[in-house]
Amino acid sequence: MEFRLGKPTRLAFGEALLETGREDPNIVVVDGDVNNSTRTDLFAKEFPERFFNFGIAESNLVGVASGLAASGKTVFAASFACFIMCNAFDQLRMSVAFPNLNVKVVGSHSGISIGEDGPSQMGIEDVALACALPNFVVLVPADEHETRAATRAMARHLGPAYMRTGRPKFPLIYEKGCHFTIGAANLLRSGDDVTLIANGLMISRALQAAESLVQEGIEARVLDMHTVKPIDRQAVITAARETGAIVTAEEHLAAGGMGSQVARVVAENYPVPVKMVAIEDTYAQSGKPEELLEEYGLTAERIVARAKEALSLKK
Amino acid sequence: MEERYAIPQLQDKTRLIRRHIITMTTAAGSGHPSSSLSAVEILVALYFGGVLRHDPSRPDWPDRDRFILSKGHGCPVLYAVLVERGYFPLEWLFTLRQIGSPLEGHPNMLRVPGLEASTGSLGQGLSIGLGHALAARLDGRDYHVYVLIGDGECDEGQVWEAAMGANKYKVDNLTAIMDYNHYQQTGYVPEVMPLEPLKEKWRAFGWHTIEVDGHDFGALFKAFKEAKATKGQPTVIIAHTVKGKGVSLIEKDRGNKFHGVPLTSEQAEVALKEIEEM
Repeated sequence: MEFRLGKPTRLAFGEALLETGREDPNIVVVDGDVNNSTRTDLFAKEFPERFFNFGIAESNLVGVASGLAASGKTVFAASFACFIMCNAFDQLRMSVAFPNLNVKVVGSHSGISIGEDGPSQMGIEDVALACALPNFVVLVPADEHETRAATRAMARHLGPAYMRTGRPKFPLIYEKGCHFTIGAANLLRSGDDVTLIANGLMISRALQAAESLVQEGIEARVLDMHTVKPIDRQAVITAARETGAIVTAEEHLAAGGMGSQVARVVAENYPVPVKMVAIEDTYAQSGKPEELLEEYGLTAERIVARAKEALSLKK
Repeated sequence: MEERYAIPQLQDKTRLIRRHIITMTTAAGSGHPSSSLSAVEILVALYFGGVLRHDPSRPDWPDRDRFILSKGHGCPVLYAVLVERGYFPLEWLFTLRQIGSPLEGHPNMLRVPGLEASTGSLGQGLSIGLGHALAARLDGRDYHVYVLIGDGECDEGQVWEAAMGANKYKVDNLTAIMDYNHYQQTGYVPEVMPLEPLKEKWRAFGWHTIEVDGHDFGALFKAFKEAKATKGQPTVIIAHTVKGKGVSLIEKDRGNKFHGVPLTSEQAEVALKEIEEM
């Protein structure tokens, strides 16, 4: 199964932000001097008066976003996933999550597929941190079309939200103008033997894994868990009940990521074997994106292997 | 709306506010009365002296001036002022820090009318104030934003990030007031983390800088007037204050043992008498 490559999701976000900004004059953007990386530069060029670059100062830009939101603005605060979530975590906790303000945080350069710049620039803990913020919604879109839809959904949603985007071109999964509902997982493939729950870049790999499994007579269900919080509990419980085995796949640390959220729902509601494909307890290194994904086990082959392990434990 | 009191009446108000601070923290058995007492004149000037444009019956009035207490642990003084301006009932004061009470140990804006920010993690209020000030510009409103910051709080890098940001955008509807009471949690400010030369620091960050006695109404009003009249740059008022002002036991506490410690009932009794005689 081959996928056409679409745009990088960071670019799709930048384009969608510009379109949304044209429709809604209440949208304001704050930047930590990385707008040509996060692609908020597209918005900045057209709406310079609604765009504020606060320099390399994530704590301040999140605090300013809080004040703008408290005075009624819909604020997009974008930087690299690792910098905005890690450097400004306390500001996100105290100035955004706790007072439940309308700030949309977007972290680009998520995962290890950023490649050559190496681990200091890789956001591999951002989803876990965002999930640890009450009131926050956490989104991980799969391709350019879903990113556009997610950006619009995020702008409409009242309250704090986090979305991660990626640096490379993402395989195309969806059609242009696809539907997106926060909190509702998308069923991408039907099957009753095992469920592969993925998001972001790992969706294409989960679909490839499902295709390989067919050759062994295994029909895998594939879910796009684009919303990690609030997680689609019903989709997870139904998958556990109907397929009896689950594999999660994400470009994030295993600790506290989407797989952890899925495992909790399964453990509390309908215990069945769950196996995870994620970055184990380590930092990555510089390299080509494909080499890194291979090196750290974020592959279709690994999903297939984990699916077989889960199936062997199935009662 | 903008009720303006003469100075003798304002001094009556300061005694009332100080009594509330002592009574509510002693009743709660915890809290930061000393960090509240140093800021009493500043808040009374703002809320009773006609500086702040506000309307207690409309806490979300879009054109109101904003006051943000960045040093959130000093919230007893803000609660006392808000209650005396009618933002919420007096009985609330005596539920301070109890489970179920909207008056938490640090300010929670979702639960108390008149609170503009939830604070308590130091260093964040000036950025929030800057956000409100920029929103005024975007919406074409003429409100002013006041942020009270602590001295120890200026150890936080975020304060200086915000200072640079306000300078970049030439935000002149933002005034920081620094409650310079010279003590932070574990001791004397110059020993914990030297901040001086402060005036020069703020100036170097592009701020109009005023230094005043933070307990002198005349000086405070003059400073607020100057801040509002200053165009093209933000203003900081460095207000020299005394931690625990009005209560000799705390004023004399050079070891800062009273930071975050309420008075016992016996100590409170003596303190309330002293406050009457101020």
